[in-house]
Amino acid sequence: MGAGHGHRLHYHGHSRVHRAPAHLKLLALLGFVLLAVAVPPGWWAAYPVLLAVLLGVVLLARVPLGYLARRMWIEVPFLVFAVLLPFVATGPRVEVGFLSLSEPGLVAAGGLAAKGTLGVLASLTMAATTEPADVLRGLRRLRMPDLLVQIMSFMLRYLDVVTADLARMTTSMRSRGCDPRSPRHWPTLARSMGALFIRSYERGERVHLAMLSRGYDGELPR
Amino acid sequence: MTTPVLDVRGLAFAYPDGHQALFGVDLHVHQGERVALLGPNGAGKTTLVLHLNGILGGGAGTVHVSGLPVEKKNLQEVRRRVGIVFQDPDDQLFMGSVRADVGFGPANLGLKGAELDRRVAAALEQVGMAEYADRPPHHLSFGQRRRVAVATVLAMEPEILVLDEPSSNLDPASRRELADILRSLDVTVLMVTHDLPYALELCSRAVVLSDGQVVADAPTLEVLTDDDLMATHRLELPWGFDPRRIGSLPR
Repeated sequence: MGAGHGHRLHYHGHSRVHRAPAHLKLLALLGFVLLAVAVPPGWWAAYPVLLAVLLGVVLLARVPLGYLARRMWIEVPFLVFAVLLPFVATGPRVEVGFLSLSEPGLVAAGGLAAKGTLGVLASLTMAATTEPADVLRGLRRLRMPDLLVQIMSFMLRYLDVVTADLARMTTSMRSRGCDPRSPRHWPTLARSMGALFIRSYERGERVHLAMLSRGYDGELPR
Repeated sequence: MTTPVLDVRGLAFAYPDGHQALFGVDLHVHQGERVALLGPNGAGKTTLVLHLNGILGGGAGTVHVSGLPVEKKNLQEVRRRVGIVFQDPDDQLFMGSVRADVGFGPANLGLKGAELDRRVAAALEQVGMAEYADRPPHHLSFGQRRRVAVATVLAMEPEILVLDEPSSNLDPASRRELADILRSLDVTVLMVTHDLPYALELCSRAVVLSDGQVVADAPTLEVLTDDDLMATHRLELPWGFDPRRIGSLPR
């Protein structure tokens, strides 16, 4: 019952990076990611430099690298896509062992993997050193439209409630002899996802009613 | 007699899908009363409650709160005067900390600074949750969250406190603590509940709503001992509970 903590990505600390104002960190993150994305194909030397800068920040923040590495799994789908590229892309081909790979595909895959890794690592560093509430405050300072910030803050607040709902639903499925992990029961799982969506939607309505009842007029108090 | 805090006359309402929930409800609640609103599931209790602060409306009949009609131009003031505590505290607590949540209502009323802090502190003090002000609400126990939900409404200094199922899902100790808190408040209370012993303990008067109509309005003990009335409207006392054998009722 609401025992979860809403900041699984955050690594508690008091380093200079932790204490830096959130809106500056957001701008730095945005700048860094844009820079990484803008590296033209073939400029391989740029990636180690960017990585070194990033690792410098991580060291300064005293966040263990293993902590970040374990959370990098989120990137796996992109890496799979990158690995596929040399096989499916066109253009001149090179022979590696018995494989015939596309040269432009290899370059694109390398660039994609490097840019993706840098972006994910930078975002994780940001998340590890900034409390979610501070990220929201930072976005507000950067003049992000208030409605969007409100939506994000509600997402943060109710993420735990919705995952707890989901956990209870899967528990009740298991108790009735259905294993949500087996593909045979995926249709049931899909239906329960639909039910979860409806439940969350209805909860949203109830929250809105409760807010109106206390005089909400479109703006959250700061 | 003085102006009733709550004055509902001939209230009728049908949902957009055609389902008619209320058929001409009359209800008066006076200053300082604690009234229980009883009735089976689907009787229209929640629909009635949502009319009291103008969330629902547009049907026949009128609602006045201390003489002020519930209509669009008065909504802000009506919602200050009528404080509704909803059944699920998770619906009511959505800010990052208990303090921010309790301050949400008064801040919407335009309060700031020291006055806002005073309201928040006073409301949390009334429900005995003052030391939890800086905790995130979703880390509290269910009973604590229910008490904070009551505080979020008390902070608006309402004239009438409307509670939807206040004792549901509470363990017996939390249930008793909430009763103590409600008794200690100097505020008019309308309590929607299925918990009949709780209604008897806290409210001297009970109103029974059934199929969208008020079918009884009498002292709670009288309602609970009227076996025909109880059976007709699907009201049942818990096993072993006999209101006739309770010697003296608490005030």
